[in-house]
Amino acid sequence: MSEEVLQITDLYVSYGGIEAVRGINFNVRAGEIVTLIGANGAGKSSTLRAISGLVKPAGGNVTFEGEDITGKDPTMIVSKGLMMVPEGRRIFPNLTVLENLKIGAYLRNDDLEKDIETVYGYFPRLKERSWQEGGTLSGGEQQMLAVGRALMGKPKLLMMDEPSLGLAPIVVQGIFEIIRRIHEAGTTVLLIEQNANMALHVADRAYVIENGKIAIEGTGRELLENEKVRAAYLGSAGK
Amino acid sequence: MKKDRNFLPSLIGIILLLLFVVLLENISALIPGLPQIFQPTSPLFTVLKKAAVYSLVAVSMNLLNGFTGLFSLGQAGFMLLGAYTYAILTVPSAQKEQVYYLFGGCAFDSSIVDIFGNVFGTSGVGGAVSMVLGCLIAIVAAGCVAGFFAYLIGIPVLRLKSDYLAIATLGFAEILRAIFQWQKLGPVTNGANMIKGFPTFSDFNITDGAGNVLVRLSTFVPFLISSICIMLIVLLIHSSYGRAFKSIRDDEIAAEAMGISLFKHKMMSFVISSFFAGVGGALFAMYVANAQAKAFTSVMTYEILLIVVIGGIGSVSGSVLATFLYVACSEWWLRFLDSELYIGGFKVPLLRNGFRMVVFSVVIMVIVLFFSQGIMGNRELDILSLIKRKAAAKPAEKKEERK
Repeated sequence: MSEEVLQITDLYVSYGGIEAVRGINFNVRAGEIVTLIGANGAGKSSTLRAISGLVKPAGGNVTFEGEDITGKDPTMIVSKGLMMVPEGRRIFPNLTVLENLKIGAYLRNDDLEKDIETVYGYFPRLKERSWQEGGTLSGGEQQMLAVGRALMGKPKLLMMDEPSLGLAPIVVQGIFEIIRRIHEAGTTVLLIEQNANMALHVADRAYVIENGKIAIEGTGRELLENEKVRAAYLGSAGK
Repeated sequence: MKKDRNFLPSLIGIILLLLFVVLLENISALIPGLPQIFQPTSPLFTVLKKAAVYSLVAVSMNLLNGFTGLFSLGQAGFMLLGAYTYAILTVPSAQKEQVYYLFGGCAFDSSIVDIFGNVFGTSGVGGAVSMVLGCLIAIVAAGCVAGFFAYLIGIPVLRLKSDYLAIATLGFAEILRAIFQWQKLGPVTNGANMIKGFPTFSDFNITDGAGNVLVRLSTFVPFLISSICIMLIVLLIHSSYGRAFKSIRDDEIAAEAMGISLFKHKMMSFVISSFFAGVGGALFAMYVANAQAKAFTSVMTYEILLIVVIGGIGSVSGSVLATFLYVACSEWWLRFLDSELYIGGFKVPLLRNGFRMVVFSVVIMVIVLFFSQGIMGNRELDILSLIKRKAAAKPAEKKEERK
C-alpha cells in the first residue's frame, strides 16, 4: 500500500459545547480519491474545517505527511500543500477571475503563468471570462473558479466541500469529470459530498459519517453495494 | 500587464496636473488684470489646498474601508497625531518660548528645520534646503507616529468585526483628543492651546530678499505631496498585497482558506492607512497654520467618510473627485446661500446665515439616495480607456450611417 498522506486520529470538534465531530478516525493515502459522505449536520464540514485550521479541534490529532498540524494556522497548513475548496464556493465576487486565481497562489513566489494556463486548460470557460468579476459568473462557473483557485496553490492534497451543492445535474457531472482529471494528474483528493451516488462512483475509498462518527467504511464499490448505504443515501434501494 | 499599460499615462497625467496647478497659481502675476478668481486670495486656491489635503485622507480611509473592508472611524485621531508631530518638530526654536508661554517652553526645544539650518545655513538657498528637508522629515515622522499608534491600538482592536471596530476606533480618536488637551502634557502638546508658528504652505513660496513673492508654490506643495502619497497607495492596491486586502473584504473565510493571514494583512492595511492619515494631518496643520486638538473631532471623520461614500467605496479616483466637489461646495459654491439677497426691494426668502448647511445636507441626502454606489461605484476613472472607447464608437457610428 502507498503511504498515508493524511491521518486523522480521534478528532473532536465542538462549537460552544455542541459536539459536531465525536472521535473520527480516517486516513487518506497518496494518489487516492477518498470521500466522506453523510447527511446534513453529520459533521463532514466540521471535520474539513478542523483539518484546514479554520476551527481549532477540541481533541485528537491531524497528521499531514508525518507532521502534526493539529490546530495550526491556516496559513501554515496551506503552505504545506493542503488546499480547500470551501463549501458554497466562496469565490471573491468583486475580484476578476484572474485575480481570484492569483489569490489561490498567494503563498507561492514562483512563476504563475504556467499554472494559470493549466487551470484554463481544465476550464476553458474561465479563460473566456478572465476579466469578468467573479460575482457575475453562473453557479457552475463559480464552482469551476473555486476549484481552479485551489489548484493554483499546487496542492498535494485537495479537499473539496460539497462541490455539487446547488448545481444542475449536468454541471455536477462536468465537475466530477474534472475531479477525475485532476486526480489522474497526480493530486490526492478528499471529497465531501451529499451526492453519495456521484461521490462513490469516483472514490477509491469512502467513509460514511453519522452523528459525528464514522459509521461505515470501505471502497467506493463496496459502499455502493452496501444495503444500509443504499437505503439511506442512494435513495431507491432496488435500483 | 494591465498595470504596466496604465502606469505611465497616469504618471504623465499627474505631472501635467501639477504643472497646471503651478501655472494657475502664478497666472495672476504673469498676466495682470485677470478676474478676481485667479488672484491668490480667491476661494479657488483655498478649495484646491484643502481638497488636496482631504483627498489624501479620503483615499487612506478608502484603503481601509473600501479595499480591506475594515469599517474604522479613527481617521481624525490619526490626523491629530500627525498634525501635532509635525507641529512640535518644526516650530522654530526661536518661537517655542512664545508659543508655549503658559508652560515655560517646549520639552523639545529645537526643531528639525533649525537642525538642518545649522548645516545648510538659514538664509537663501541653504535656508530653503533646510526648510524643505526639515518639513519633509517632519511629515514622514508624522506618518510614522500615526502608524505606530495604529499598530499599538490595532493589536486588540483588529480582532473586532464591523460595527465594533468602528466604535472602538472612534473611541480611540476621542480619547486621543482629550489626552492632547490635558494640561499636564502642556510642555509637549501646549495643552488646550494651539501650536503655531511652524512652516505652512505659503512658506514654500519663493520670495526675494524683501519678501515679495516671485513664484507661488503654496497650492503646488499639497498637490505634490498628496499625489505622491495617493500614487503609493494605488501601487499598493495593485500589488499582490492589495489583492489580498480585497479578498479579505470580499470573503474573510475564503481568504483564510487560501492561506492569507487575516490579522497580518488587516494590521498592514490599518497601519498604512493610518500612516497616510498622519501625513494628511500634517498637511492639514500646514493648511490651517495651526495644530489644535479641538479641530480633529469625530465630525471630521464623518466628513471624510461622507466623501468616501459619495465618491464610491472602493474607488480611489472617486474619492479624489468627491473630495474636490465636496470641499468646493462646502467652502465656495454654496456660500452665496449664507448672505441675504435683495432683488430690487424684494428680499429673497430663506437666504441667511446657516442656510448653506441646510441645502448642503439636502444635496448629500439626494446623492446618497439616488447614487447609493457613489459617483464611481468601485470603478476607476480611466482616461485612456475613455478615449479608446470614443475612438471605437466613431467607426461604429459611421457603419450605421452607411446602412
